[in-house]
Amino acid sequence: MKHCEYQQIDPQALSTPTPTLPPQHAVVQEEKKGETARRKWEVFPGKNRFYCDGRIIVAQQSGVLPLTLGLILVTTVLFFVFDCPFLLKHLTVFIPAIGGVLFVFVVISLLQTSFTDPGILPRATPDEAADIEKQIDNSGSSTYRPPPRTKEVMINQQVVKLKYCFTCKMFRPPRTSHCSLCDNCVERFDHHCPWVGNCVGKRNYRFFYTFIVSLSFLTVFIFGCVATHLALRAQGGRGLMFALQESPASAVELVICFFSVWSILGLSGFHTYLVASNLTTNEDIKGSWSGKSGTEDTGNPYSYNNIITNCCSVLCGPMPPSLIDRRGFMPVEESSQTVATEVELAAKNEINVCTQGTKDLLESASRSPCPQAGKPQTVSTSCPDSIDPADPAVTFNPDVTSDPVAVPSLKCGGRHHSHTTSPPDEPRQLHHHHNRHHKTRSARSSSKRAALHISNPAYNVSLSPPTSPGLGPSHGTGAEEHVRDSFATLH
Amino acid sequence: MERAGTHGEMTLTGEKRDWTHSLQDMRQQAAIAAKVFIQRDYTNGTVCQFQTKFPSELETRIDKQQFEETVRTLNNLYAEAEKLGGSSYLEGCLACLTAYTIFLCMETHYEKVLKKIAKFIQEQNDKIYAPRGLLLTDPIERGLRVVEVTIFEDRSLGR
Repeated sequence: MKHCEYQQIDPQALSTPTPTLPPQHAVVQEEKKGETARRKWEVFPGKNRFYCDGRIIVAQQSGVLPLTLGLILVTTVLFFVFDCPFLLKHLTVFIPAIGGVLFVFVVISLLQTSFTDPGILPRATPDEAADIEKQIDNSGSSTYRPPPRTKEVMINQQVVKLKYCFTCKMFRPPRTSHCSLCDNCVERFDHHCPWVGNCVGKRNYRFFYTFIVSLSFLTVFIFGCVATHLALRAQGGRGLMFALQESPASAVELVICFFSVWSILGLSGFHTYLVASNLTTNEDIKGSWSGKSGTEDTGNPYSYNNIITNCCSVLCGPMPPSLIDRRGFMPVEESSQTVATEVELAAKNEINVCTQGTKDLLESASRSPCPQAGKPQTVSTSCPDSIDPADPAVTFNPDVTSDPVAVPSLKCGGRHHSHTTSPPDEPRQLHHHHNRHHKTRSARSSSKRAALHISNPAYNVSLSPPTSPGLGPSHGTGAEEHVRDSFATLH
Repeated sequence: MERAGTHGEMTLTGEKRDWTHSLQDMRQQAAIAAKVFIQRDYTNGTVCQFQTKFPSELETRIDKQQFEETVRTLNNLYAEAEKLGGSSYLEGCLACLTAYTIFLCMETHYEKVLKKIAKFIQEQNDKIYAPRGLLLTDPIERGLRVVEVTIFEDRSLGR
C-alpha cells in the first residue's frame, strides 16, 4: 500500500537522495557533500548586518554607537587613571569598586542592546500573504486594493486598529511597528536608537533600560567623584585653577559628564514613566492612548493598572525567543518540497528528463536539453543559448540534477541568491560566505537565470503567486527581483 | 506493514516507522491541496493565543472538537510560557543582577516551554493529523503569527 507507492515513486522522486532521513539530516548531508547549507541570517530580507555566523545582529548603520562607546570608555578610563588614585588615598576604596561595577554594567547592557534581536517579526510566507489577500478581497467588495488596510480587534474590551504592513505582507500584531531604517516589523516597537545603533523593541527593552539607568548612575557618580576630587585638591585656599592644573583630565570628565547627565537623567526618568505605565515611546509620541482621538474610554489596554505589575512585566517578565532564527539552516528540503508538491507527478517526470538533458548538455555540450513543461519557449530558448559551458558559474552542478527544485530556491534566497549557485565553484563560494554583499549579483544574474530556467521550468509555473504579475524570464532584472521578493517573503 | 527481504525484521517497530514514513510520504509525494492559517487571537492583549474557531476547510477532514482541543492546549502552553509569576520574576531579577549575562548560559523558561510545544505538535501530527492527511506546522517557524495547517490531497491515503 503506502510502502509500495513510496517505493514506486522513490527512484523518480526529486526529493533528496535519502528521503528516509528527516530534513535536518538531508541538510547535513548536503553540507558534507561540499555545498554548505545556508543559514537563515544569510538570506535575511531586512537591512540588518550579522556577525559571528548570525549570533550578533546590528542595524544597517551603526549610528553613533562607536561614539557612545568611545565616550563612555574615555571618561571611565580617565576617571580610573587620574581621579581614583587620589580618591583612593584620601577617601575610600569603595569608590573605584563602585565605579568598576557600574562601568561593567553599562558596557554589558549597551552591547546587549546593540547586538540583540529587538523582536523582529519574520515576514509572511507567500502562502500566508496569499491567504490574507484572499480574506481581504472577500471582505471588501471593491476590485482595487483600497488603502489603507486595517483590521479592528477587541483587546481588553477596547477597539484597536491593526495596520497591514505592505513590506512584510501581514497585519501587524498590536504594538508592532515597522522600522524603516531596519526594514523590519519589530514587536512592541519603542524607537530606533542611533546611540545604540539598533531598534529598541520587546526583546531588548530591558537591556536598554538597564543601560540608561546604569549610565545615569555612572555619570552622576563620576561627576560627583570628580567634583569631590577637585574640591579636595582646591582645599587650603589653593583655588580651583590650581586643582585643575594639577589634574587636567578631570576637567575633561567634568565637561562630558555635565553635558550628558541632563539628557541621560531625563531619558531615564522618561523611560521609568513609560515602564510604570506600560507604554512605548512610539505610543506615547503618537498619543495612541491619551484620549486625544476623542473617545472617552481610550486608556492603555495593555496596562495592568498597577505600577509594580507593569514594571515587573516589562523588566522582569519572561524573555521571549528570537523569532527570526538566525542560525537555523535554510529549509532546503522544505522549500523544494513545497515547490515540488505543487507540481503534478507528470511534470516531475518531465523535469527529471529535462535535468538529465541538462546534465548531458553541460557534460558534452552537444545534446539538446529539455522537453517542455511549463513555459516551453523560455526553456528551449534559454537552455542552449544562455548556458555557456565555459562559464564557471553555470558549470555542471551535480545537485541540480539530483535536486533541481532545490537549487532555484537556494539561488533565490533573499538578496544573496547569487551566492548559492554551483557548489563546484569552490573559491567563489568561499568568498561569498564571508561577504554578504551581492557584488557579483549582476555578473551572475544571467547565469543564474539560465540555470534557474533549465533546472526547473515547472518552477516558473508555480512561482507566479496570485498577487504578482507573471514571471517573465526574459525580462532581465524584473524576473530576478520578483524571484528574490517571492523568496524574501519566505522568511 | 512488512516488507520482504532485508526489511523482514521490521515488524514491531514497523508501526512506528509507518507513522514516520507516512509523514515523509506525505511531504514528498502528496500534493498540497490547500493551506489553512489559524490566526492569532488578540482579545487578551499581546500574549500568544490562537483563534479556536474551526476553519471550514477542515470540516471534512477532522473532528471539530479534536481540533479545538489541540488549539486550546497550544494556547495553554503558550500562556504557561508567558506567565507572569513568581518563578519568572525570580528569573528576571536574577538576570538583571547579573547584567543579563545568564541568558548566555541558561535556557530560559520560555525556551523550555517552546521545546515542550514542539514535542506536543509532533505528537499531535503523528497521532491525529497525519492519518487524516493534515500537517500542523509549529507556529515558531512562522514567527508565532499563525498555525499553518497543510491539507494534503486524499489520493495517497486510505487505500
